[in-house]
Amino acid sequence: MTREATVTDDTTAPAAERGDNLVEVRDLKVHFPITRGILFDRVVGHVKAVDGVDLTIPRGRTYGLVGESGCGKSTLGRAILQLIRPTSGTVNFDGVELTSLPANRMRAMRRRMQMIFQDPMSSLDPRQNVESILVEGLQAHGIGADRAARRELITRTLDAVGLPKWALSRYPHEFSGGQRQRIGIARALVLGPELIVADEPVSALDVSIQAQVINLLDELQDELGLTYLVIAHDLAVVRHISDVVGVMYLGALVEEAPSDRLYAEPLHPYTRALMSAVPVPDPEVEDRRERILLSGDLPSPANPPAGCRFHTRCPWAQPTRCAEERPVLRPVGTSRVACHWAEQIASGELRPHSVSTQVVRPKDEGDAPHAVSAPSEPGSFV
Amino acid sequence: MALLEVEELSVTFRQRGKRTVRAVDGVSFSVDAGEVVGLVGESGCGKSVTSLAIMGLLPRGAGVTVEGRADLDGTNLLRVDRRTMRDIRGRDVAMIFQDPLSSLNPVVPIGRQVTEVLARHRGLTGDAARREAAELLDRVGIPDPTRRLREYPHQLSGGMRQRALIAIAVACRPRLLIADEPTTALDVTIQAQILELLKDLVRDSGTALIMITHDLGVVAGMCDTVNVLYAGRVVETARRRPLFAEPRHPYTVGLLGSIPRLDSSRGERLSPIPGSVRDVLPWADGCAFAPRCSRRTAACVGEPPALVLTHTERTYRCVNPVAPGEARPGAAAQGPAPATTTAGAATDGSPAGEAATTVPPAPREEESA
Amino acid sequence: MTITERARRKAEKLDRLGELSAARDDERGVSLWQEAFRRLRRNPAAIVGAVILGVFLVVAIVGPFFVPYSPTDTMGIREGLVKSGQGIIPGSSGDHWLGFDHQGRDEFSRLVVGARQTLLVGVVSTLIGLAVGALIGGVAGAAAGLGGRWGRWVDGVLMRVVDMMLALPSLLLAVSIAALLGAGLDTVMIAVGMVSVPVFARLLRGSMIAQSGSDYVLAAASLGVRRSKIALSHVLPNSLAPVIVQATLTLATAIIEAAALSFLGLGNPDTAVPEWGVMLADAQPYLGIRPALAIYPAVAIIITALGFTLLGEAMREALDPKLRK
Repeated sequence: MTREATVTDDTTAPAAERGDNLVEVRDLKVHFPITRGILFDRVVGHVKAVDGVDLTIPRGRTYGLVGESGCGKSTLGRAILQLIRPTSGTVNFDGVELTSLPANRMRAMRRRMQMIFQDPMSSLDPRQNVESILVEGLQAHGIGADRAARRELITRTLDAVGLPKWALSRYPHEFSGGQRQRIGIARALVLGPELIVADEPVSALDVSIQAQVINLLDELQDELGLTYLVIAHDLAVVRHISDVVGVMYLGALVEEAPSDRLYAEPLHPYTRALMSAVPVPDPEVEDRRERILLSGDLPSPANPPAGCRFHTRCPWAQPTRCAEERPVLRPVGTSRVACHWAEQIASGELRPHSVSTQVVRPKDEGDAPHAVSAPSEPGSFV
Repeated sequence: MALLEVEELSVTFRQRGKRTVRAVDGVSFSVDAGEVVGLVGESGCGKSVTSLAIMGLLPRGAGVTVEGRADLDGTNLLRVDRRTMRDIRGRDVAMIFQDPLSSLNPVVPIGRQVTEVLARHRGLTGDAARREAAELLDRVGIPDPTRRLREYPHQLSGGMRQRALIAIAVACRPRLLIADEPTTALDVTIQAQILELLKDLVRDSGTALIMITHDLGVVAGMCDTVNVLYAGRVVETARRRPLFAEPRHPYTVGLLGSIPRLDSSRGERLSPIPGSVRDVLPWADGCAFAPRCSRRTAACVGEPPALVLTHTERTYRCVNPVAPGEARPGAAAQGPAPATTTAGAATDGSPAGEAATTVPPAPREEESA
Repeated sequence: MTITERARRKAEKLDRLGELSAARDDERGVSLWQEAFRRLRRNPAAIVGAVILGVFLVVAIVGPFFVPYSPTDTMGIREGLVKSGQGIIPGSSGDHWLGFDHQGRDEFSRLVVGARQTLLVGVVSTLIGLAVGALIGGVAGAAAGLGGRWGRWVDGVLMRVVDMMLALPSLLLAVSIAALLGAGLDTVMIAVGMVSVPVFARLLRGSMIAQSGSDYVLAAASLGVRRSKIALSHVLPNSLAPVIVQATLTLATAIIEAAALSFLGLGNPDTAVPEWGVMLADAQPYLGIRPALAIYPAVAIIITALGFTLLGEAMREALDPKLRK
């Protein structure tokens, strides 16, 4: 109890004394072993889900993490929360190093960092009613003196996420998708966290409901000064909600920039391709825009390409450096970008060429993905 | 004469011990040859059931009632016997599903699944079929097609599987292709590839395409005509540009206002539709959207709103529609709408004026006249 | 339709609209168990199964007090009506509805009193199997799902033990247990129970491992809930449904297996106590003379097993999350 008390003291200290960054991640790696064998597990390789990520989340801001399925963005989010043990690297949360924290101290820290899940149905225990879902966290951390005090806290939280009081005695299956996601948000909020990691918070919801949840997250941030890490595959959602956006490809950040800046001037070829692929609900825009169509699929994270991981699909790939040297995330203007040729591409000095579609092997076959970057006339796709 | 004419299509599910569900409740739309028609709506709006009904893929009997017409070149697809329907499927109408892995047979090589269709509908066998199959795979952008023919679905990536599925669908050069959320399970960069492929196929072959999706962005880039569905009915039909420039039905407006746009800046609040798709009024009792509608009037409840036809190829089902000039939430830099669009625009303050222009039964005929 | 009537109907519709959005303060939520029970009540198979089992239960509990004769009274021989040696076993009559057995006891009374014994064997042996199996499976499942590397080792050891039990043919296992403990009712119950242990263990383990990977377990972990509490209050309750269904189905097979063991002579040595399996075994030498003596207990066993199976299948349907809504 005394330990928790000190934690609480810590959180009430003024922000200026504790630095402006709530989360600092340095060279984080999560490698999952691929094992074979019946009696004895033999490690035959590693899936490099997260392979060296540096990122900083400023207090009270929203960091958006965007990337396609399999890029490791969800793993990264969970590794930051220590729900998956990182293979190496450090995660500093408000001055506390999480990766070396003993299990029970980590459990106490969880009060300050919460998570919102993609599928509101599967992330709620179907046999718990809403009250019991919300009370569980309070009990785990010994918050609230008695039942009445907890009830009071829960009712206030329900109100904050826009759920009626009668929801308390109801079960998750009695709610609609949007309401369930509100329950999930309430569960995270009731502990009074500082950081909320939202993993695809709206992608399982109907379009009209997505907007309700996005607005709710925005409002809660304004009211409570929350810090968000929003993970999503939808660039439009991420850009809408985030102050800073990090673009992930195959386990690493390829670009990080302020939200508006990223849209105005994407520097990494992958960001450009991603941006050009997102459909905009406006025929005027759709008819005007030029698509950068990437050929082929994501290479296997068990066997990522050497050099720049994107070079196998990159329309700007150069014969030198790209295939040999892995680019580091370096500052270019107000952005950070991991591309050897970012300046040349931005200035138009380098022109895109088309990349032939590569042969994609299933994950376990592990052929080195290769592609021939052969110049051909533009628009020769299909 | 349209290629496909769907009229007053209704699908009712009756199950023992459960409430009767009218999944589709009087849907009408038409598709011209070579046209891309969008069916847009959220979950439960009946868009997928509509396509299954047209394809004759709903379970027969078992408490499923299909009413109305779906005329493909004068043949009512809802009334033909199973044998004829099997011939029509694949040859005249083909379908692409959301999940390519479960739509392909996992234990049969891709090649066999393509040649099967070729044998059944085009009578191609042996080497000729294999050559044609390889050509098809090549056409949908699958590299190294001859080798791919021998591979199994699990050996292909999601995007490649969807391409293979499209190859099977277009194998017999159908006149109508129905794509049910073809890119929902795919990543955006792969989605862009597939959409581009579908566009090319439609342009090159003159195949008509019904695009079923929840994504208005996909619609904006692809469809010639858009039908917006809500609770089993078409609530608004318009050509693509007018629909996005000046949506009339409050639901369409709400949908557009709900989508975070890539080109809007940080901090702009979205204007969502309140409530959820579960808060539906049965159409018989008035407008199904009324419980969530911000423009609800007394006239919305009581009887179903009739379809209103403006003379700009647009129909909507609303007694108090949004005026064409009214500011559209979510859209940042849209100029004021041209004043010439709708004659009835001036009477927007009084819904009764709009209702007077109602054309109840078959608005489609009027439109083509 | 008059204008006033139309206005009135419109007003009614507006009321309905209000109801649609009105808060439902007074109603309480319906839990998954309650909902499953509702579905169960609507299923005719469940009703039939429940009725059969209800009758069986009533007969087993109160039957022995109302039987016309003592089930152990060899009145048939005493009165000279039954001469088994000479192949004379009279069939049904006004006084003795199902006739006599080979020892001159009233068959109907024996059948009714035997129901209690049979139910006892079925329930107790299933409970033994359930308890041991659920313990092994629960520990293994929790260890494998949440316990990390050490947990997977525990799980491995427990499951190899279960595999060994599974490797023995069930009847052979039962016979060897009976041989070890000597014949008797307890032996039959333990033997039949042990046979079902691997089934329950594997079922609960698999179910728990599957549930451990679900998002709500991760959500509880991210709330800071202890792993032991997650296992007990989230994983276990959500894994129980298939085990409960299996228990119902096992009751049916347990009765049949117990009957088989009794038939083989491993059951209660005091053959005076009627039990359907024993009755079936006793009837064997007289199949040629009076096959009905075998048919009565056999039909009783089949109907009871059918009742449990119907109810079990209906419960499987009712509890299946995929069939919800």
